[in-house]
Amino acid sequence: MAPISWHSVDLSLDECIKCNICTSHCPVSAVTDLFPGPKYVGPQAQRFREGDQAITPDHSVDYCSGCRVCNEVCPTGVKIAEMNARARADMVAKQGLPLRNRLLGRNELLGKAGSFAPALANFAMHNPFSRFMAEKVMGIARAAPLPTWSTSGTFGDWVKRTRGQRLRSAKKVVYYHGCATMYYEPFIGKAAVAVFEHNGYEVIVPEQNCCGLPLLSNGEFGAARNYHQGNVGKLTGFARAGLPIVGTSTSCTLTLKEEAPELLDMHDEAATTLKMATYDIFEWLYELHEAGEFRTDFRSMPMKLPYHAPCQQRAHRVGKPALALMALIPDLELPESHARCCGIAGTYGYKVEKYQIAMDVGAELFDFVEAQGSDVAYTACDSETCRWQLEHGVDLPSRHPIEILAAAYGLYDLARRDLTTG
Amino acid sequence: MKKLATDILVIGGGSTGAGVAWDAALRGFRVVLVEKRDLTHGTTGRYHGLLHSGGRYAVKDPQSAIECIEENRILRRTHTHCIEDTSGFFVVTPEDEGDFPDRFQAGCATVGIPCEEVPLKEALRREPLLNPRISRVFEVPDGSADSFLATHVTVQAARQAGAQICVYHEVVGLLTEGSDGARRVTGARVRDVVTGEELVVEAMLTINASGAWAGQIAALADIPVRVIPGKGVMVAVNHRLVNTVINRCKMPADGDILVPVHTVAVIGTTDERVADPEMLNIEPWEVALMLAEGDKLVPGLSQSRILRAWAGVRPLYQENYTGDSRDATRALALLDHQQRDGVAGFLTITGGKWTTFRLMAEKTMDKACAQLGVDRPCRTAETPVPGVEQGYYWVGHRLHEVETERLQGDLVCECELVTRSMLEQAAANNPTVTLDDLRRDVRLGMGPCQGGFCTFRAAGILQELRMRTEETAPSNRAARPEEPAWSVAHMQSPRHAMHQQPATLAAGRSPLDNPNLLLRDFLQERWRGVTPVLWGRQLKQERLDELIYLGIMNIDHLPPDDDASPLTEFWQFDTTPGAGSEETT
Repeated sequence: MAPISWHSVDLSLDECIKCNICTSHCPVSAVTDLFPGPKYVGPQAQRFREGDQAITPDHSVDYCSGCRVCNEVCPTGVKIAEMNARARADMVAKQGLPLRNRLLGRNELLGKAGSFAPALANFAMHNPFSRFMAEKVMGIARAAPLPTWSTSGTFGDWVKRTRGQRLRSAKKVVYYHGCATMYYEPFIGKAAVAVFEHNGYEVIVPEQNCCGLPLLSNGEFGAARNYHQGNVGKLTGFARAGLPIVGTSTSCTLTLKEEAPELLDMHDEAATTLKMATYDIFEWLYELHEAGEFRTDFRSMPMKLPYHAPCQQRAHRVGKPALALMALIPDLELPESHARCCGIAGTYGYKVEKYQIAMDVGAELFDFVEAQGSDVAYTACDSETCRWQLEHGVDLPSRHPIEILAAAYGLYDLARRDLTTG
Repeated sequence: MKKLATDILVIGGGSTGAGVAWDAALRGFRVVLVEKRDLTHGTTGRYHGLLHSGGRYAVKDPQSAIECIEENRILRRTHTHCIEDTSGFFVVTPEDEGDFPDRFQAGCATVGIPCEEVPLKEALRREPLLNPRISRVFEVPDGSADSFLATHVTVQAARQAGAQICVYHEVVGLLTEGSDGARRVTGARVRDVVTGEELVVEAMLTINASGAWAGQIAALADIPVRVIPGKGVMVAVNHRLVNTVINRCKMPADGDILVPVHTVAVIGTTDERVADPEMLNIEPWEVALMLAEGDKLVPGLSQSRILRAWAGVRPLYQENYTGDSRDATRALALLDHQQRDGVAGFLTITGGKWTTFRLMAEKTMDKACAQLGVDRPCRTAETPVPGVEQGYYWVGHRLHEVETERLQGDLVCECELVTRSMLEQAAANNPTVTLDDLRRDVRLGMGPCQGGFCTFRAAGILQELRMRTEETAPSNRAARPEEPAWSVAHMQSPRHAMHQQPATLAAGRSPLDNPNLLLRDFLQERWRGVTPVLWGRQLKQERLDELIYLGIMNIDHLPPDDDASPLTEFWQFDTTPGAGSEETT
């Protein structure tokens, strides 16, 4: 990586007019002095970094959570979060990486490993003693909301098992499930498949890799490149055939669309084809709706559902399509969170030195949910790690909006988190 | 009228004058240096920052080349922390065909400049933005230099050796005695430009080190010295496009050097004869030429964010020379006016370049010793100035210190990472009359926003500092010696400044008492350098700065129009196109 280049991320430092809007919106620097703010660690510090620097002059950039609120508010288009990610990668290249960050970066591997014996893995990882040891030895915060492995098989198992029952159609969509749906929350994938099929689409679930985001945000660009290369190889064929690649994890789709090619400087034809064909599921469904092809045969859902559009969803810059489509469900009341971030920011809040920062950042969101009163049964959010954080912060179950849609179609049980038919 | 008696009077507080004062003090002379503004306000503070290896002159001017490489080696020892060891490339672009590259290599070998051809691939790996159509690259030991800091620490070394330094003291007359043919300069009449008081400095020998102004000083004793003021325009790019000095491998011409210095890259320069060294107007064609030439080194340079343009004036001197200033020699010129004009007690040192300032001082003082009939050897080459233990400067230096000492909350100038204590220490330990003085001391306001966010903070802090000085110790202010401590070796170190005693101000520098004047003058000075490049991203920046200062602070009605500081006359020069060029005057 050459920190001095015409790379669009590096070059964007020249757009900074020092206005401090990013600093005043940054949810992290608002709660801790350990992070001096996006302007400081981004376009400002970048002028003091050099290509062949023997040591990296700064370290506070490591406290950037990567939530991208700075990018969202920057009036001149500085790619601050990406600049920070690249600076962190340079730090990692010079100073190495703790085992913890290597581990947290390898979602796909962890998912696979735990899924051999998920009950055992859950016990091994989630008992108080292991969490205590994980904190002491590796620095993974003992209270942090780590996911549990699915004990009813992976999403892949379910796809194989139900192959015969799947809809066949001329209209096809390629589903990118990502690691969380594969190993921890297969029900999200089931809900998505149900919604696709209800709208007349055949779902193709191809072999795929982790999108690489956990590696990117921990500064391991080399390993992330391998994953993205893998996905380009496995998915670009579908994109060339004109099929949309649609995902339920809003951060995974953002990575395929933007983060990976931009941070890793992968702008070849294949990577670009994949990038252009990738959609967040609600972005895609909303286009369907605009074309008049989205089914709205919803049942009444008389409840109050606080919705949080997570940072990674907002970074798609497509508005809030999940909110727009859920609003079509009769009698569903949708108070909208304007909180900047839930705090977790992928793997940020898992780290012992950042756990409390993440909780303090999340307080804005937790307070919003609690202010909705006691008659709230669920919250909704598009991102898995945010839902886990939200559940950790307010003690209420949280659902992906696709689960809400599937339930409103009568295809899904929100409490059991399973298809009503299967 | 106050009188001072000294052995050596040095006129001019640029690199040469500072070097002469240092050299003379180390040889045991009593020294007084007078400078009409702040140190380095003239040419020294307006150059691109190149520490020459001599490569640039290897073919055209071998004598200059030899001087450069020898001084390059010496300054790396004596002024280490003022230098960044960037190394330098001489690159052959498609326009630079012919046998020059071979002559260049041979020239370097002849004069002893280490020069190695670098494989193209390796050069592009090190500098990815270089023009890929370059055909050959040679590496030489160029560097980049902080001429502000270097001059300040040289003066500190001179003070430690006993020299007295009077900034903001303008020479208004030379004292002479005797009649034609046997005249002698015996000192100078000097005016404190802040208080208006006059002072007489009597000296055994007066040394005119006023660079491009040397003709004006000599004229005060009716001695004709025709300096060729060669104006050079430089343009700074918002960030370092390169980390190595890039030179075109051809005969020296306009816009053929790109220097990474501190956080910016500077492309330079033009070379235009001007009538008056004070007239530093920048013409649109000069900026356009720099950008067009810059594109040949780094394609796309002209499209990147341009921060600022400024001009300096070379003090070129060539006896009876009438040609273009570009072709005038860069060699130093030491004029022995006793021999040349029959005026004793007076030497003029001019010409040369920043890299050779120490040598210029040495030669001058050798001549001075001869005239004074004493034998005292030069010691500067073996005497490091204060602060060299910090090692070479590196671009991450400030960021690293701000980070390790956790000073992020103390930043006044965020662009250049100037902390509050750096600013206060610089103001207290250095004669400070304007905010522009602090810019030269700690780089206040030199970054992307060009003073947008730091000017009002700095003016407020100085006002607070002044109030604090008065309140905490009413007698302290009067009791402090008028000359401040002037310890500047670590001026640019955030870590060092935080460990210092709380700052208090010295007495009697009136513009500091008027924060509105500080504010207006500094904003105007910054504005002056931005106007020649007011487009694109810098225009957006200036729009925001305008909203802050005109929209929120209504600054254009403060202070009253007739209030002035020594900086006021600088930005109030005639800036109409064409003004100041030799043809129109």
